[in-house]
Amino acid sequence: MVSETQRARERFRRRRSLQRGLVAAASTVLGAGLLAWLVTHAPGWTSVQVRYLDLEEARTALPDVAAAFWLNIRIFVVAEVCILVVALVVALVRVTPAPALAPLRLLAVVYTDVFRGTPTLLVVFLVGFGFPALELQGVPSSLFWLGVIALTLSYGAYVAEVVRAGIVSVHPSQALSARALGLTYGQSMRRVVLPQALRRVLPPLLNDFVSLQKDTALLASIGLVEALRVADIQAKQNFDFTPYVVTAAFFVAVTVPIARLTDWLSLRQVRREQGASR
Amino acid sequence: MRPCTRVARRRLGVAATCCLAALALAACAPVDESDDATDGSDAGSGDGDGGAVDAAACTPDQLPLYADGRLTVATDKPAYPPWFVDNDPTNGNGYESAVAYAVAGELGFADDEVEWVTVPFNASYQPGAKEFDFDINQISITAKRAESVTFSRGYYTAAQAVIVQEGSDFADATSVADLADATIGAQVGTTSLTAVTDVIAPSDAPAVYDDTNAATNALENGQVDAIVADLPSAFYITAVQLDDGVIVGQFQPDTGDTEQFGLLFEQGNPLVECVDTALDTLDSDGTLARIERRWLSDVVDVPELS
Repeated sequence: MVSETQRARERFRRRRSLQRGLVAAASTVLGAGLLAWLVTHAPGWTSVQVRYLDLEEARTALPDVAAAFWLNIRIFVVAEVCILVVALVVALVRVTPAPALAPLRLLAVVYTDVFRGTPTLLVVFLVGFGFPALELQGVPSSLFWLGVIALTLSYGAYVAEVVRAGIVSVHPSQALSARALGLTYGQSMRRVVLPQALRRVLPPLLNDFVSLQKDTALLASIGLVEALRVADIQAKQNFDFTPYVVTAAFFVAVTVPIARLTDWLSLRQVRREQGASR
Repeated sequence: MRPCTRVARRRLGVAATCCLAALALAACAPVDESDDATDGSDAGSGDGDGGAVDAAACTPDQLPLYADGRLTVATDKPAYPPWFVDNDPTNGNGYESAVAYAVAGELGFADDEVEWVTVPFNASYQPGAKEFDFDINQISITAKRAESVTFSRGYYTAAQAVIVQEGSDFADATSVADLADATIGAQVGTTSLTAVTDVIAPSDAPAVYDDTNAATNALENGQVDAIVADLPSAFYITAVQLDDGVIVGQFQPDTGDTEQFGLLFEQGNPLVECVDTALDTLDSDGTLARIERRWLSDVVDVPELS
C-alpha cells in the first residue's frame, strides 16, 4: 500500500525529471544552433568550406589516409606492449626496498626524470636521427622500430610513474599481511599488491594510451609516412586543408571509444569501492 | 512548494546563461562583413581588367597594397640558401631576395620601402586575408594550387636533382629507371616529392621529411639511398651540408608543363597584374637571367637523367 505522500512524491519526481529533460534538450538545441549559426555566418565560412571541407579532396584523401592509418595503429599496439613492460619494470625497481639495488633505483629515477622532462617530439628526433648516426651494430634502421623505441622511451617514463603511484596507493597493511601469511616479497607483490594497484590505475593508464595513439603522428618528423603525413603531402600539393580534417576524424574515431571505456571503468571502480549503494 | 521555486530558479539560471551566450555572440559575431564585401569587389574588378595593365596604374600610390606606401613581402623562416643568404631576406643577397627587390624596384619602390614578414609555408595558402602583398618561397605553380591562391607568372624554371653519397650503389645511375630500387627521401610539400612518386616511382615508398635538412640528415645516416631536391638546393646541399654528397643527375618532372616557381598572392589580388608586368620587363631586359647567374650555380655540367 503506497501512501498518499509517497504518491505525491513520485508524481513530483516524474514531473521534475521531465522538466529537467526538456530544459536539457532545449539548451542543447539552442547552444548547438547558436554555434552552427556563428560558424556558418563567419565572414570566411565560404572559403573555409572550400578549403577545409572539400568533398572531392576528402574522397581522394580517404583511401590513402586509411591505408596509412593502419601504420599508426600498428605502431600504437606494438609501442603499447613495450611501454607496459618497460613501465612495470621501472616501477617495480623504484619501489623495491633491497639495498643492493640502489644503483638500479637511481637509474630508474634518472630515466623517469629525464624522459618525462623531454618533449616527446625531441625524443623522436634524437632517436630517429641520432641512433642511426651512431652506426652501432644491432641498432634497428627501420623507421618503424626507431619510432617504437622513441615512443616507448618517452611514454615508458610516464606510465612507470602511473604504475608506481598505483603500487604506493595500496595500503601497506596489504603487503604486511601477505608477508605475515608467509608469502615472499615477490609473491606478495605479484599476488596481492599489483592486482590491486593495476586495477586502480587503469583509467589513468588508458588516458596515457589515448595520448600515445595521437602521438604516433609525431613519427612523421623522422620520415615515416603515417596518416598525418599522407594528409600533409596531399594538403601541401593542392593547397587544401581537407585531408587534415579527414585524418582528424580517424584519430577521433579511435580515441573516443577508449575515452568512453575509461569513463565506464572509472565509474565501475567508484561503485565497487563505495559499495553497491550510491 | 519549495521544490517548484528551486526549478524556477534553475530555469532563470538557464535563461541567464542563454542571455550571456547571446551577448557573447553579438560581441564576436561577423563584424567585418563590410571588409569581406570590399574584398569581393576588389577581386571582381581585378578579374575584369583582364591581362592588359595600364603602366600608369602600377605606381606605388596607385597599387592595391597591404600597407600604404610599402611593399610587404613574405617568406618562410629559416630562409635557405641559395634563395636567401644568412637567413636574412632583407640583405638583397640570394636569388629570391634579389628577385623580390628587383620586382619592387620595377614597381617604383625604394629598397627601404620593402617590408619583409615571416609566413610559414602552410600559412601562406590558408583561407582568409593575407598579411602580405606577395610570398616568395620557391612555390611551384600548379593548376590545383591556383584554385586556392593567385600566382604570378613564373620567375624560375626548376629542374629536380638526385643526390647520393659518393660510392653509393646508385652513384652511377644514368636514368631515372636506375633509381627504381633506391630508398628515396624528399621534403613534404615540394614538387620534388611529386617527382619522386610520379617520375621515379621507386619500389619502396619514399621517406618524407619536414625540410631538406632532415632529408640530408637521413642521407648521411644511410637511412635513405638518395634524396631529391630542386637543382639549386641540391647544389647547396652537396657544396655545404654534405661532405661526400654528389649530384647524380637532373630531370624534369613529367607533369606536362615545366616546373616554375611563382609569387603567391591572396586569391584575386589585383596587384598580380602589375607584378606580372614587372616580371615580364625583368625577364626581357635580362635582369632575371643576371640574378640567376649571380646566385644560382651553373647547371650546365649536371647530366640529364633519361
